[in-house]
Amino acid sequence: MPVLEHGEVREWRRRTTSEQWLRFLGALGLTASLVAAGAAISAQTTWVFVLDAGLQLRDLGMRMFPPDGSYVGALARPLLDTLHIATLGTALGVVIAVPLAFAAAGPTTPSRVYVRPIAILVLVTSRSVNSIIWALMLVVLLGPGMLAGVLAIAFRSVGFVGKLVYEAIEEAPELPVMAMETTGAGRAQALAFGLVPQILPTMAGVSIYRWEINIREATILGLVGAGGIGMALQASIDALRWSQVSVILLGILGTVVVAELVSARVRQGLR
Amino acid sequence: MASELARQWRPPRRIESAAKRRIILGGVALYGLVALVTLDIDPARIAEGLSRTGAFFSGWLRPDFVTRWTDIRAGLLESLSMTAVATAAGILLSVPLGLGAARNLVPGPVYIASRGALSMFRAFHEIIVAILFVAMFGFGPFAGVVTLTVGSVGFLGKLLAEAVEDVDPAPLEALTAAGAPWASRVVFGVLPQVMPRVLGLALYRLDINFRESAVIGLVGAGGIGATLTTAFSRYEFESVSAILILIIGLVFAAEVISGRLRRRLL
Repeated sequence: MPVLEHGEVREWRRRTTSEQWLRFLGALGLTASLVAAGAAISAQTTWVFVLDAGLQLRDLGMRMFPPDGSYVGALARPLLDTLHIATLGTALGVVIAVPLAFAAAGPTTPSRVYVRPIAILVLVTSRSVNSIIWALMLVVLLGPGMLAGVLAIAFRSVGFVGKLVYEAIEEAPELPVMAMETTGAGRAQALAFGLVPQILPTMAGVSIYRWEINIREATILGLVGAGGIGMALQASIDALRWSQVSVILLGILGTVVVAELVSARVRQGLR
Repeated sequence: MASELARQWRPPRRIESAAKRRIILGGVALYGLVALVTLDIDPARIAEGLSRTGAFFSGWLRPDFVTRWTDIRAGLLESLSMTAVATAAGILLSVPLGLGAARNLVPGPVYIASRGALSMFRAFHEIIVAILFVAMFGFGPFAGVVTLTVGSVGFLGKLLAEAVEDVDPAPLEALTAAGAPWASRVVFGVLPQVMPRVLGLALYRLDINFRESAVIGLVGAGGIGATLTTAFSRYEFESVSAILILIIGLVFAAEVISGRLRRRLL
């Protein structure tokens, strides 16, 4: 806490003068860049279309309501497909992620110089590319369908699960592993009995959490042709059948809520 | 005898009954089989697609930043603008909702209404929200900003509410005992405790918003995603590769910077 001295008088200040200036300039820069960003967006916006949004909303609402009840039966299969995509994708993602996590974590990596950076790069790449972009690429390669969806979900999950697991490995106390090694256990045995039990709850929790996220993601993969309820959504939007769109949205909402409840229950049980 | 027993020791099982364990494992295997069968794998189509991998990956390996550079630059700047505005708006709007959704601050009806609003904001994937907002506001970054703002409010509001519910109640009680009105209790009793965490989460959300801004362009909500979709539909894989490399680079840089900042804040 700086104290300024004016001859006899000592003045208490919360911040030094340079700190104050720094904060002021920081705030100014932040505000200026926000204004510039807002102006850039405003320049790209057709305001006439924005201003009649209320009208559009009313129009959309009227087309969506009442929901087309006869369409409910057609939803079961796409919803099940969505569930399969999320579950298989998560499972495959976890299977790929765990060895990568061991390769990326400091205490377990086979080589700090060669293997570790590559494993971390793979995890970062997987996380930076959204699952729908993965799906876009996989649909080009594998054709439209659920397989592309499953792989897209898996590729995106690898980074998420891998990162959290390798952080768990790095944070786990090393003593149990060392104790195993002093009893004459090999490296693999020491890790299996000294480390794995420590990270197993994290692994299970992270996987379930990712499964919940993946259910949500799997609902939209169909927009680019990767199977599931999104295909039905795209078809109904393209045909302007908004009364079916509202049914699909309700179906998605129900599935997401159920998945969230299941995931919360399981994670609570793991604790 | 004793050493024999010791050698046969196994760690205790998580599920003790062997029958129950078999039923669960069998069920999981059965489900996996059923799910795999429904995948409808078409080997002919995959073979055809794989024959194109050559063109696809050669495009990947020769990223072309130059040909579409003006489009890419404009898309990136638009994405960054959308991210900045949406995050700022999200923070501003999430404060009242987040405080309203904290059980220790507000009466029951307000709590339920705020929680309901917050979970409604998070119910749908950003892409679906974007489709609706594009239908409402027309194509362009404005719909994207609104989409990202809604996502940010849902995310930040929920986490703010959780942070507020976890605060140390002693300062609040002291303020109440001294007769402080509600606003003073929030400003002096709650905010100082939650501010560092909220700033950290806001930085994290900045990351997420940039990543999402690359995606909602697919349905017409502007940003680098729009540029990416255009490149994809023109089969310009060299440009696609360049855009993805830029996105990955920026996300990585943002993650490193926001990680540093968060560590300093906490």
